[in-house]
Amino acid sequence: MATVTYDKATRIYPGADTPSVDQLDIEVADGEFLVLVGPSGSGKSTALRMLAGLEEVNGGRILIGDRDVTHMPPKDRDVAMVFQNYALYPHMSVADNMGFALKIAGKPKAEIRQRVEEAAKILDLEPYLERKPKALSGGQRQRVAMGRAIVRQPQVFLMDEPLSNLDAKLRVQTRTQIASLQRRLGVTTVYVTHDQVEAMTMGDRVAVLNFGVLQQVDTPRRMYDHPDNVFVAGFIGSPAMNLMSVPVADGGLKLGDYVQPVERDVLGKATGSEVVLGVRPEDLEISDSGRGLAIEVDVVEELGADAYIYGSMPGQDAGDKPFIARVDGRTPPAKGEVVHFQPKGEHLHIFNAESGERISD
Amino acid sequence: MAIDITAISPNPALLDLPWSVPLEDWPEEHLAALPRGISRHVVRFVRLGQEVIAVKEISEPLARREFQTLRNLRRLGQPAVEPLAVVSGRVAGDGTALDACLITRHLRFSLPYRAVFSQRLRDDTARRTLDALAVLLVRLHLAGVFWGDVSLSNTLFRRDAGDFAAYLVDAETAEIHPELSRGQREHDLFVAHGNIAGELMDLEAGGHLDEGEDPIEIANRIMHRYDLLWNELTSEERFERGDRWKVDERIRRLNNLGFDVDELEMSTDLDGTTIRIQPKVVDAGHHSRRLMRLTGLDVEENQARRLLNDLDSYRAATHRQGDDEELVAHAWLNQIYEPITRTVPPQLRDKLEPAEIFHELLEHRWYLSERAGHDIPIEDTVRDYVATVLPGRPDEVTVLGVDTEEIPITAILDS
Ligand SMILES: Nc1ncnc2c1ncn2[C@@H]1O[C@H](COP(=O)(O)OP(=O)(O)OP(=O)(O)O)[C@@H](O)[C@H]1O
Ligand SMILES: Nc1ncnc2c1ncn2[C@@H]1O[C@H](COP(=O)(O)OP(=O)(O)OP(=O)(O)O)[C@@H](O)[C@H]1O
Ligand SMILES: [Mg+2]
Ligand SMILES: [Mg+2]
Repeated sequence: MATVTYDKATRIYPGADTPSVDQLDIEVADGEFLVLVGPSGSGKSTALRMLAGLEEVNGGRILIGDRDVTHMPPKDRDVAMVFQNYALYPHMSVADNMGFALKIAGKPKAEIRQRVEEAAKILDLEPYLERKPKALSGGQRQRVAMGRAIVRQPQVFLMDEPLSNLDAKLRVQTRTQIASLQRRLGVTTVYVTHDQVEAMTMGDRVAVLNFGVLQQVDTPRRMYDHPDNVFVAGFIGSPAMNLMSVPVADGGLKLGDYVQPVERDVLGKATGSEVVLGVRPEDLEISDSGRGLAIEVDVVEELGADAYIYGSMPGQDAGDKPFIARVDGRTPPAKGEVVHFQPKGEHLHIFNAESGERISD
Repeated sequence: MAIDITAISPNPALLDLPWSVPLEDWPEEHLAALPRGISRHVVRFVRLGQEVIAVKEISEPLARREFQTLRNLRRLGQPAVEPLAVVSGRVAGDGTALDACLITRHLRFSLPYRAVFSQRLRDDTARRTLDALAVLLVRLHLAGVFWGDVSLSNTLFRRDAGDFAAYLVDAETAEIHPELSRGQREHDLFVAHGNIAGELMDLEAGGHLDEGEDPIEIANRIMHRYDLLWNELTSEERFERGDRWKVDERIRRLNNLGFDVDELEMSTDLDGTTIRIQPKVVDAGHHSRRLMRLTGLDVEENQARRLLNDLDSYRAATHRQGDDEELVAHAWLNQIYEPITRTVPPQLRDKLEPAEIFHELLEHRWYLSERAGHDIPIEDTVRDYVATVLPGRPDEVTVLGVDTEEIPITAILDS
């Protein structure tokens, strides 16, 4: 097992004028499950392939433990791409299906047997080791395929969108299975997905990329509560955070006819007369005073205890993102109604309007 | 129930297939029992009028992606199966959605590796299949294609003048780039080695590999052959200014390997005493392209080499070395190749492709002549071959028999 270090690692594809991965700095701890997430084209796969040795590194370094693997051939790196296309061999026993890569690597028989048995124990496949794959259920076969990567005992597991070809239900089940298996094995894992929900539910830490640049790397909790910039604020969370440009007023922010108090040293970090305010849908409340952000309700989504309303501010373009708020499911406002919202004070996310960087605590 | 068929030139008969039934349960009447490689998806061969198609049930995004990749591979002139259609929007009788289907044309006279190994016509089968696969992999890599899942199962083999020519059949993981990195090539080779060793171990476990053959040792051959060929096709060479004949020699060597050199980089050092050459663009199919130009025959590379040699002998025997090459080729086609291949009775024509039969006839004539101690005329050779050799051969236009495995691992999880 080992740490993984991206040290200003950069990849520029031939003919491209901007890097696809730009001076990436991440330290993955021993045994950690790190998820790389970002929109399409943000460089997640490229970053993973640089670690696997499939893409050349044009600048900086990549380390596994304290080995510099920047220019090492893929097979010498001791990493395993899990969920590659694994075929099961019909005439071979489950044990042989799991252990054959070790046989190719020239490991002694006794060691192969021992490693296969260990993996089978973790995967609940012990009773089936002498059977043929045909005699197994679909789920057991999938675990045999996982077992093949496990017996190699690599220092790092790499997974690139392993669930993308599964349907939604199976995806949720398999997600849980992979995460719990990784925790039991304790093997350092780097996992790529474009799905922020998957990232937030699986990772010990999540690294958000955009245009090849690392935006933030943090625990899911911290990422949710404390996005470092406007991009991360809008990308993480479902439904998405409300982000709006608001004028700075004396001692606070002007929300309609109401001033939301904000500490002076935060306001002091603003440049220009506006800031970007971010409020999550669950951090809003309907004000009884009739003051605050006036929102016209377009859609009410009832979820039992809660309801989400999707609305628009007066003067908002039809193409703009809807304003979303979570309200009490028993007494939701009706479609077409205008309601006034105020943020719950302690959960404000305030960003510099020019740089997009976070300025609130 | 609205199904959606995306096809290059749609065959209306596609609409009559039972799309609302999971592929696994399709009625016998539609199916052609042909052997396949190992696969995780359900794959079936289906008769559609005169032709046979391969149908693979796979999720829609993957089906569309593979369809597109196969189209692009063929556009690049790479040997791959021909994509025909993607069928999506399938719904079962009880209303549940079914996966999409990718449809490719069944590659005529192709043999999956299990069929190749189960026939064992000559003992160096393993060597010859791996050599063909190495050529395919080098060709793909030169064109910027990363395969991602190189294996015997994902390859089809066609006879090629006693050797094999390999075709890519599974492009699910393939990616096409402007150029490949060393790491991508190494990864493909590493995966190829592991998969081939696994597939050979499986043949061994099933009793289909010769006693004493070592799967891992055979698999090592892919690495070795690949490196040799890759170096010959791409490496830089330096020599003294006076040795300029070495340029021609390099080109001839590449031609002999079946490649044309479309671009060669040549430079001298500052004082001009040494010359450096490096092939930049090479293109497979040196002999088959030449034969195609001369005769219009579309055959595999080694078959073409064989036919071109026969054309040369014909030219010498008829003293027409001075004549226009195309005229002689035309005469050879009309007087030799076509009459001879037409002599094969229709009921034996599904055994082998005409060019392969022609190759075997040339071999057979050599064998008969050696036994007789003098030259045997080709007419006698044909008579003997059609009477004694060909009837014993299996039909290979669409190989029957040998059932096949597919072991889906994307089924519902049960824990
Ligand atoms: N082989 C390549 N050659 C040239 N450009 C490439 C290559 N591979 C990726 N790119 C470019 O690099 C950028 C990052 O691509 P990458 O595949 O790493 O992104 P990603 O975040 O994984 O996206 P996705 O979720 O769509 O897979 C994109 O702009 C892409 O077009
Ligand atoms: N067009 C074709 N012509 C001849 N044989 C074909 C064709 N298409 C598929 N086959 C056969 O079907 C087998 C399975 O197809 P394929 O490899 O595409 O399936 P798969 O489920 O994607 O495999 P894998 O498990 O490797 O991902 C192949 O090994 C080949 O023998
Ligand atoms: Mg396949
Ligand atoms: Mg496949």
